Amino acid sequence: MSALVPLLVTLPLLGAAIALIAGRHRRTQIVVSIVTLTCVLVISAVLLVAVDVRGQPIAVSVGGWPIPFGIVLYVDGLAALLVLVSSIVLLAVLLYSVGQGAADGDDDTPVSIYHPTYLVLAAGIFNAFIAGDLFNLFVGFEILLVASYVLITLGGTSGRIRAGIVYIVVSLVSSVLFLASIAMVYAALGTVNMVQISQRMSELPQQTQLVLHVMLLLAFSIKAAVFPLSFWLPDSYPTAPAPVTAVFAGLLTKVGVYAIIRTETELFRDNEVNTLLLIVALLTMIVGVLGAVAQAEMKRILSFTLVSHIGYMVFGIAIATPAALGATTYYIVHHIVVQTTLFLAVGLIERRAGSTSILKVKGLMRAAPVIAVLYFIPAVNLGGLPPFSGFIGKFALFDAAAQIGTPLVMVLIIGGIVTSLLTLYALMRAWNLSFWRESDDDLSEPETEARVAYLGDSPQALVQTERRAIPRIMTGATVGMVAVTLALTVFAGPLYEVCSRIGAELLQPVSLVQLEQGAAK
Amino acid sequence: MSVSGILIVIMAVLFACGVYAMLERSLTRVLIGFLLLGNAVNLLLLIVMGFPGAAPFHGAEGEVSDPLPPALMLTAIVITFAVSAFLLALIYRSWQLGRADIVPDDEADLEVRERGEAVEDELDDEVELEEADEEETTDFIGTGTTPLRVLHHRDIAGIRDDAPTDDRDGGRPR
Repeated sequence: MSALVPLLVTLPLLGAAIALIAGRHRRTQIVVSIVTLTCVLVISAVLLVAVDVRGQPIAVSVGGWPIPFGIVLYVDGLAALLVLVSSIVLLAVLLYSVGQGAADGDDDTPVSIYHPTYLVLAAGIFNAFIAGDLFNLFVGFEILLVASYVLITLGGTSGRIRAGIVYIVVSLVSSVLFLASIAMVYAALGTVNMVQISQRMSELPQQTQLVLHVMLLLAFSIKAAVFPLSFWLPDSYPTAPAPVTAVFAGLLTKVGVYAIIRTETELFRDNEVNTLLLIVALLTMIVGVLGAVAQAEMKRILSFTLVSHIGYMVFGIAIATPAALGATTYYIVHHIVVQTTLFLAVGLIERRAGSTSILKVKGLMRAAPVIAVLYFIPAVNLGGLPPFSGFIGKFALFDAAAQIGTPLVMVLIIGGIVTSLLTLYALMRAWNLSFWRESDDDLSEPETEARVAYLGDSPQALVQTERRAIPRIMTGATVGMVAVTLALTVFAGPLYEVCSRIGAELLQPVSLVQLEQGAAK
Repeated sequence: MSVSGILIVIMAVLFACGVYAMLERSLTRVLIGFLLLGNAVNLLLLIVMGFPGAAPFHGAEGEVSDPLPPALMLTAIVITFAVSAFLLALIYRSWQLGRADIVPDDEADLEVRERGEAVEDELDDEVELEEADEEETTDFIGTGTTPLRVLHHRDIAGIRDDAPTDDRDGGRPR
């Protein structure tokens, strides 16, 4: 079983290498990417079942070094579940982008790097999820960040360069902070292995722990877009191509949230900054959603709601009971899937209507009823209306919070409900204006002839303004994602049980001996 | 364990200069700032290593130096190198497109900031929906003319309205 774990990282990297060599052969690239991600999907499903049945994490010491010295890959329930969900999302978005690329006929060079970079991004995400030591986590972050730098500036149009610069510089600062914190942790404890850090941390004085704790949290909060450090996100995400934005929105911030979970539950067991986290969570929710209400451009609305919903996850982490962590895990899974689906749906709208500004887009209800359904279901889901998974996740979170019942937590619950309603307001306003208004011109005839070099190298291809026909495969991928969001609702019972087991497991201390046993099996 | 004080001072200065340079809008300065920061962190890792001893893994006797921080440093240096190459390419592209290496403001942000009343109104209510409904309603609030017209005697000159009425003041024609 443990032989499967390194494959999660090596397979995508291998796929990336093959795709890079086969740069001239589009079909080969597509086949390689799809096969790779499908393999990872299967492996992660097997791992999740194995970890869940055994109730014990799987550890692999890479290179055969004895455990605290070498690099350790560590798969527990949370890591396995997140890898599974990420691979589903990555695969769906890959299909979507294949459809888009095929329709635009871009067989030329700039896009030949798309598939390799995409696979490297996948490898980075998986590596971050299964990293067993802090430095390997850092390397995972860097792999996914460098891949994301390339993807966000794809084509090199001036808008994307501008957005890319903001994103890259902010990410660099966060990476430097993370590396400096690792150095400090190593100076204080003499190890970078997470299990060992967790054991030795309690020997440090509280003040030292606090410094290390806050440094790591700062680095991860920039990645996760937690409130005072979130302003880069709505600035940079909306300009990237639709599939890229979808994958970034779904996964990259969640890697940051995952790192925050590890920091809170594993590294710093007896050093609490929970009150700070609660306040920050409240501000993230409220400020984020107010930003969404002010916007008139769908991708920007979604970016702001993305920021605001990170607040719910930080809220759950700050409560730090098994029930709350279980609810947070469910919420992360729900949010990855739903946010990606919404971005994919908006990508379809952009293609159909030639714009994503809710002031310009009109009459889509008549012109494109399928897109209407594909937008409406995840929008209502994100807003948290029953019976969808957003409602289940939020309800479970508030339920776990109410059991704590301090005044601050109660304020947060109210804040969460208000945020949920405002999210619904922002998304439904976009729905009313762009779908239900009567349109002056006829949208039913997409202009297929007019094509811009969408991903090409002409700087004028800044904004896609043409309406274009939507290939079936793009709609199909979005339909698939909507089906996954519905599956999260239908199979909420078993999934939630897995999540609560994960939540309970997160708070159990893991010893080095257990890690070795996990590696031996 | 003694740590070189000079190294710590140099690291602090590098951090300070790096942060200062990164706060600029000019991309070249951002790049320089990032390079300084990267070196500062590498120095931090070097300081973390503690006292310098004999080379590890070489059958050395006595105190050997800690082998892990150099490994971390090497990885960090490689990453910094790759990212600076990417940043340089980005700066070049930015120069190619705009003949400047200043980061401009986000156009969409400016648009939101300068949005006028009219746009806000359009965002706030679904005007067109209401108008579409109004044409089919049967009460004529707000329409210029009503289709039903009530005629009074004053409207037509030929009508003399002198029929007696039940008024108390003599039933005079009005």
